[in-house]
Amino acid sequence: MSTPEAEALPPATPAGKMIQTLVGIAMLSGFLVVLTYQLTKPIIAENQRRAIEAAVFTVIPDAVVRSDFVINDKGLTPVTGEESVEGVLIYAGYNRDGELKGIAAKAAAQGYADLIHLLYGYDPGCECIRGMKVLKLAETPGLGDKIITDANFVANFEALDARLNTDGSALANEIVTVKAGSKQNPWEIDAISGATISSKAVGKAINQSAKQLLPAIRPHLEKLKQPPVLPDQQEVADD
Amino acid sequence: MGTETLSFIFLNAVLANNFVLALFLGLCPFLGVSGKLNTALPMGLATMFVMLVSSVCAYLINLVLVTFEIEFLRLIAYIAVIASAVQLVEMTLKKFTPGLFRSLGIFLPLITTNCAILGLALFQTFKEYDFLQSLVYALGAGTGFMLAILLMAGLREKLELSTMPTITQGAAVSLILGGLLSLSFMGFAGLGG
Amino acid sequence: MIKEKPTITWETFTEGLWRENPVFVMLLGMCPVLAVTNSAINALAMGLATTFVLLASGTLISLLRHNIPKQVRIATYIVIIATFVTIVDYTIQAISLDLYNALGAFIQLIVVNCMILGRAEAYASRNRPLKAIVNGIGMGIGFTFALLCLGVVREILGAGTLFGLDLFGPRFEPWVVMLLPPGGFLVLGAWLLLFEWMKQRKERAELEAAAETR
Repeated sequence: MSTPEAEALPPATPAGKMIQTLVGIAMLSGFLVVLTYQLTKPIIAENQRRAIEAAVFTVIPDAVVRSDFVINDKGLTPVTGEESVEGVLIYAGYNRDGELKGIAAKAAAQGYADLIHLLYGYDPGCECIRGMKVLKLAETPGLGDKIITDANFVANFEALDARLNTDGSALANEIVTVKAGSKQNPWEIDAISGATISSKAVGKAINQSAKQLLPAIRPHLEKLKQPPVLPDQQEVADD
Repeated sequence: MGTETLSFIFLNAVLANNFVLALFLGLCPFLGVSGKLNTALPMGLATMFVMLVSSVCAYLINLVLVTFEIEFLRLIAYIAVIASAVQLVEMTLKKFTPGLFRSLGIFLPLITTNCAILGLALFQTFKEYDFLQSLVYALGAGTGFMLAILLMAGLREKLELSTMPTITQGAAVSLILGGLLSLSFMGFAGLGG
Repeated sequence: MIKEKPTITWETFTEGLWRENPVFVMLLGMCPVLAVTNSAINALAMGLATTFVLLASGTLISLLRHNIPKQVRIATYIVIIATFVTIVDYTIQAISLDLYNALGAFIQLIVVNCMILGRAEAYASRNRPLKAIVNGIGMGIGFTFALLCLGVVREILGAGTLFGLDLFGPRFEPWVVMLLPPGGFLVLGAWLLLFEWMKQRKERAELEAAAETR
């Protein structure tokens, strides 16, 4: 709130002194902030890497190794080091033998309170979605957050059909969320009753992302199927 | 994500994610200056104005910070620039429109330490809004703040005329009123679904 | 206002705990009080983060109190506070990303917590560092205590848990609204009512006691 007015006018301070103080404080604070930043940066990066990795491995069953790619109009580029390429980031997951088990991507859609951010895993083998993990949500506790905890809802994403049409340019069937308990087809998501808006948002996010991404990925599947560098070597390559 | 439509951003900031009633930003003035309608209105206007100014500032600073890859200075830069922007606005108003200054002036220094202003700057950065989106977001947040503080002031003016138990005199009753308002604003959530 | 007392007394420490409790008595720093107290653990983390910023900035400001010209003091305080908040922000990210995501932008919003700037202006800039630290610890504990009061009540009522531990078993029907924004307003309002009631009762008792002795 407001600060009390200076009780009495202090003796005039020369402008030089003021500038001196401000510059001094600015340098001190700059030093402290940069120091903290440098100290915590590797830990934070490691935390984030581990969080993403854990999420990727939950949505791609059996995956133990991951490599990241950026996909855009020009094609597929592996992510190396600090260089950033414009495009959509995807994570390819491989098992111990270097076999491609699935591809994970982020998606988001407006839920009840705010955007719901999630990660889903696509299995090119069965052309279906094999897992979904909510990364960030602000939904009503006890209602909207059932999209994380409700076992029946999560079961929707064990094998959610995401086949492409014959010329591979779009999804054969759009992924839709249907009323709780009325799921008929493998590309439908059973909503949670009482959390319809949140359930719909999940379906919408996956549908929007999948119908753009999956046709774009298809031509590059062979490249993605190449076994990745082994994890210990990958660590070195990352640095 | 930066893909939301402008009208959605506006409605979201005014109603569903109202800065005061859903995000708890700017509570100090909300509780402090909401006693009378005729002080609440200028306070709301001044806040809205500062929000627009600081939204533009924050957008520009962020551009600079990102270009030089010094995002870790963001917080310090935002707060320093917002504080000086408010001072500049105050001086400009005083010089060119003394009438407006007299009605808004006393509120401006208070606004610098209003969480809503810094919150707006931080949220628009996290949500990766572009320039126009940021501006609309600021306008929405300002309108939302004004709406909340006006509603509150209206309620409290009525309350003054009624008999209340002595223990409710003070902030407690304002908070409970705030809770009821917030409850009713929750009905707006889901507008975007 | 704070009276100038030359020595550190027990009072220096306890002042922030109860008599001048920043939340319940002074109603300062309300934004984090209501926003992050939907669980006890968030409340505790926020309280500790705020206490750290309060202590660190109070110490530095108190050390520099003779070197800061009056005209630029607010700007200086804000820069110092923002520095320590940035440090806390990165530290929390390094400790736990989950916690960081739960608290969100409210860590950075500690900068504009009126309580910290208020203490810097009213106390740290006028007292010796040691005294400022002792008082800061008291204020910090008072603030954390208040946050916990809200967090605990809201978590128990709204989720039936405390620090994530289930208290009532599966038959408990959570009172979800307590976790939502209105719950914050209502619970704080209820606490204030309770304190006001206790205060008035005490005053009345004192009055009666005084009448009897006379």
